[in-house]
Amino acid sequence: MHGTTMIFLAIMPMGAAFFNFIIPLQIGARDVAFPRLNALSYWVFLSGALFLHSSFLAGSIPDAGWFGYANLTTRQFSPGSHVDFWMLGLQILGLSSLMAGFNFIVTIINMRAPGMTLMRLPLFIWMSFVVQFLVVLAFPAITVALILLMFDRLFGTLFFAPAAGADPLLWQHLFWIFGHPEVYILILPAMGIVSEVLPTFSRKPLFGAPVVIYSGIMIGFFGFGVWSHHMFSVGMGPVADSAFSIATLLIAVPTGVKIFNWIGTLWGGSIRFATPLLFSLGFISMFIMGGLSGVMHASPPVDLQQTDTYFIVAHFHYVLFGGSIFGLFSGVYYWFPKIFGKVLDERLGKLHFWLMLIGFNVTFFPMHFLGLIGMPRRIYTYAPDLGWNFWNAVATVGAFIIALSFVVFMVNVAKTTRSGAPAPADPWDARTLEWTISSPPPVYNFATIPTVHDRDDFWIAKYGDGHGTPPRKAAPAAHVDPKSIHMPPPSYWPLLLAAAIAFTISGLLISMYQVILGGLLTLYCMVRFMLEYHRPAAGGHH
Amino acid sequence: MAEAHAVAHDDPNIGVTGLDHRKLGMWAFLGSECMFFGSLIGTYLSYKGKSINGPGPHEILNIPLTSVSAFVLLMSSLLMVLALAAVQRNDMKWAKIWLFMTALFGSGFVGFQCFEFTHFVHLGLTLHTNLFGTTFFVLTGFHGAHVTGGVIWLLSLWVLALRGKLGPQDSLKVEICGLYWHFVDIVWIAIFTLVYLIP
Repeated sequence: MHGTTMIFLAIMPMGAAFFNFIIPLQIGARDVAFPRLNALSYWVFLSGALFLHSSFLAGSIPDAGWFGYANLTTRQFSPGSHVDFWMLGLQILGLSSLMAGFNFIVTIINMRAPGMTLMRLPLFIWMSFVVQFLVVLAFPAITVALILLMFDRLFGTLFFAPAAGADPLLWQHLFWIFGHPEVYILILPAMGIVSEVLPTFSRKPLFGAPVVIYSGIMIGFFGFGVWSHHMFSVGMGPVADSAFSIATLLIAVPTGVKIFNWIGTLWGGSIRFATPLLFSLGFISMFIMGGLSGVMHASPPVDLQQTDTYFIVAHFHYVLFGGSIFGLFSGVYYWFPKIFGKVLDERLGKLHFWLMLIGFNVTFFPMHFLGLIGMPRRIYTYAPDLGWNFWNAVATVGAFIIALSFVVFMVNVAKTTRSGAPAPADPWDARTLEWTISSPPPVYNFATIPTVHDRDDFWIAKYGDGHGTPPRKAAPAAHVDPKSIHMPPPSYWPLLLAAAIAFTISGLLISMYQVILGGLLTLYCMVRFMLEYHRPAAGGHH
Repeated sequence: MAEAHAVAHDDPNIGVTGLDHRKLGMWAFLGSECMFFGSLIGTYLSYKGKSINGPGPHEILNIPLTSVSAFVLLMSSLLMVLALAAVQRNDMKWAKIWLFMTALFGSGFVGFQCFEFTHFVHLGLTLHTNLFGTTFFVLTGFHGAHVTGGVIWLLSLWVLALRGKLGPQDSLKVEICGLYWHFVDIVWIAIFTLVYLIP
């Protein structure tokens, strides 16, 4: 449950929160393409999260790991409803991610402000764009895997029954065809945030921005060709092992390119060490370490030594905590003034950063040693004479330091929201469109949709491009009466439809009558949802 | 570039690419559906010939009969095209007829599938008989469920047309339904070839 929760209910939604808030702002739009679908996606996510965690109340907590390997998860080896909560909960959450994916793809392609060509899209938008394609193309694989598992568990099919000739590796392939792109779904938003924060605080354009964009696309593309490196130890044979090993080594190239671009951005910049930048630097340094141990696993002989040990635990915490979480916190500190209208306290922010950086390394670095001397994953106790005691004790101390750092963060948020001074529109002297409007932005975002001339449009408008283009004088803002801007009115149908979907799927745990009733309710809500704006009165849109 | 943006300012559903949001969204959805059916078909193929007991596909599949139902489904795509053309030229009388006929042909396909499934159960092939039964019923069943969803969608459009609430200005809704309908047909071409025709 720790892995499932952190991946699907912590890192992914933190990324999604930024997609929702920042994508329309950075592309100069008033909203996403499908506001009601967006609401539906949120309510479905919430119901999925509640459903998954209601397993704690029901006393049957999913216990098969975040990858839920078959046939451990079949009825024979996992009786009870533990795994049912997991597979149905993930199915609901997947639905929400897919809907968000379609929505953001259309938003980014179709709702860019005039002049914002694809190559002028800010880097955060580009990385988000790649993430949406990964979501839309990778989630169907786990949807199918979970459907097969559901049929095995509820309707007695034989997909994962070796006695009938089935091959449990089918699950592993389907799962990791989803699971590896999922890793990039988790890290690319953080890479996008870092690519926004570094130029702002170095007061320089992102070094080789087009190359960073291409690298992001390459990562997304290769991400679909490396899934079996999670499966070296199952014995796929030398050909498959070599192919996936080579592909995995290849994917390190665009990632390395990005890291050099980030360093190149810092080089020679007039750097301001504000909290967002510190978290971005934390991201780069920790992600390099996680990336290096990742490249080690690309070699099957090395992987066979390290698989299922704490070395792996250390590796993926360096990329997901040291990478994603540090990057996302960089975004939290960077965009907090834009979202809530107040700049987070810098002193507490820096304290948070240093505590988190130290706590993180004290917790997870020793796990490299523990793994190499043979401590396996997924154990809750061990004999006292194995030589693992000291480093485990150190890791425990580190975990408390991490917890303390989060307390500091929460104190910071509480203090800032209560007594912080209002933030100006552009507190960081930043570069992109969201900083041209007030903090927090009005509901309609832009009174007049801006026209874009460059990737760092706002910066060049302020200072010129340094090659002779003078700063642009702000065009006298045409007065637009906010009341004339029509935003979509609230709708109840997303909430009701999400409730109907959750009711239907939870029926699979309770009774088939509930499933049928829920299905009919879902159909009814869908029709009402679709017809809500069928032929609205003239002028009712905009 | 800037001129292209200036064009369609009054329709909030038309984006900078000149495409309607909803149409673009449908294409993204169909891309995702390709991966969905790709995974299901991959599952079927990876278990092909792995059943340790009968009945197997060659003993049970009735190719001539299924060819007829496949023909019915493919013809429904033609009817869908006619329905869209009728809506676009505001010929609502024929639009109603073609929409209903498309749904009818779709239901004919689903009806045949129900018959086929029942027949196979009588012959002793169920979800739990062997790997062939497991993979066959789940793959074709999910396709059938997609067709059923399409039939419900078509019938909803038909009801709107009967009530006079569908006209040329709504032709995009028919077009999007058509995109989905043709996609489901194409998936059947793949399934029919891989499951029925290739021995």
